[in-house]
Amino acid sequence: MDPIKELEREQLRSDVPAIASGDTVKVSVKVVEGSRERIQIFEGTVMRLRGGGLNQRVTVRRIASGVGVERTFMVHAPRVEKIEIVRHGVARRAQLYFLRGRVGKSATLRERRPGR
Amino acid sequence: MPAGLIGRKLGMTRIFGDDGSVVPVSVIEATPNSVTRLRTTERDGYAALQVGAGTAKRQTKPVAGQFKELDKGLQKPRHVREFRVESTDGYELGQQVDVSLFAPGDLVDVTGVSKGHGFTGTIARHHFKRGPKTHGSTNIRQPGSIGAGTTPGRVFRGTRMGGHMGDDRVTVKKMQVVKVDAERNLILVKGAVPGARNAVLLVQKAK
Repeated sequence: MDPIKELEREQLRSDVPAIASGDTVKVSVKVVEGSRERIQIFEGTVMRLRGGGLNQRVTVRRIASGVGVERTFMVHAPRVEKIEIVRHGVARRAQLYFLRGRVGKSATLRERRPGR
Repeated sequence: MPAGLIGRKLGMTRIFGDDGSVVPVSVIEATPNSVTRLRTTERDGYAALQVGAGTAKRQTKPVAGQFKELDKGLQKPRHVREFRVESTDGYELGQQVDVSLFAPGDLVDVTGVSKGHGFTGTIARHHFKRGPKTHGSTNIRQPGSIGAGTTPGRVFRGTRMGGHMGDDRVTVKKMQVVKVDAERNLILVKGAVPGARNAVLLVQKAK
């Protein structure tokens, strides 16, 4: 076995759900504020996924106080406390850049129904 | 303990730190090295340890003769290098050296042979700018002027031009050891090390 693959596998987390573009996710991130640590939640639409394995990154977009905010998380980083899928959205492409030009209702995606 | 190890570059990956940092690391595999000869000041004029690593597939008789005093398993090292030491006292033939020589946080110098690029132009080799690609331009990747005319009437020495790049012995100094895995004989150092994958590397304590 390739030792590099082994090293990467050891760092992989097992609690990562199967995220897909268009899903609405809640990402809990540990944030250090001064001397204490707290958990910050970032909820939004998965705009794109990049990389695989240990290098997998997820870009989440949300509108915060009228401004579009995109944050990219390393899925397997220990700073990410957990990732929760709130709902599955229907996305017909892998990168949802078109969301950048949209606000309000046009920026929402239909929910994926089970069994379809 | 000797000052260094012979290793092999396996490649690069990343390691997550507890503070949320992501550290790019080079993975170096160093199977236990053995001391194959002691160079003493009296006999050789300098003090050093000759260290062998790996197992050679073939060996010529003149080479085999140099290792005949060693134990059977150590007689066919694939790579042999010397590491200078203050004095060879306390070292013995056949002594094993492994990655436990280093600990996380140590600074090491890593020496290897850089990737060969063959004959490269001035843009790749010296970061020259290129000329315009269009509007009738004919000097897209040309080196430009290499000096004045009749005075001085020659090209100055050391003028940067195209030529062979890479395949040089390169030492990266003061690399930080991030992790040492004695079970798998791995050393993880922060940053990039010279050479392609499987290249032979010398890892020494930083001077």
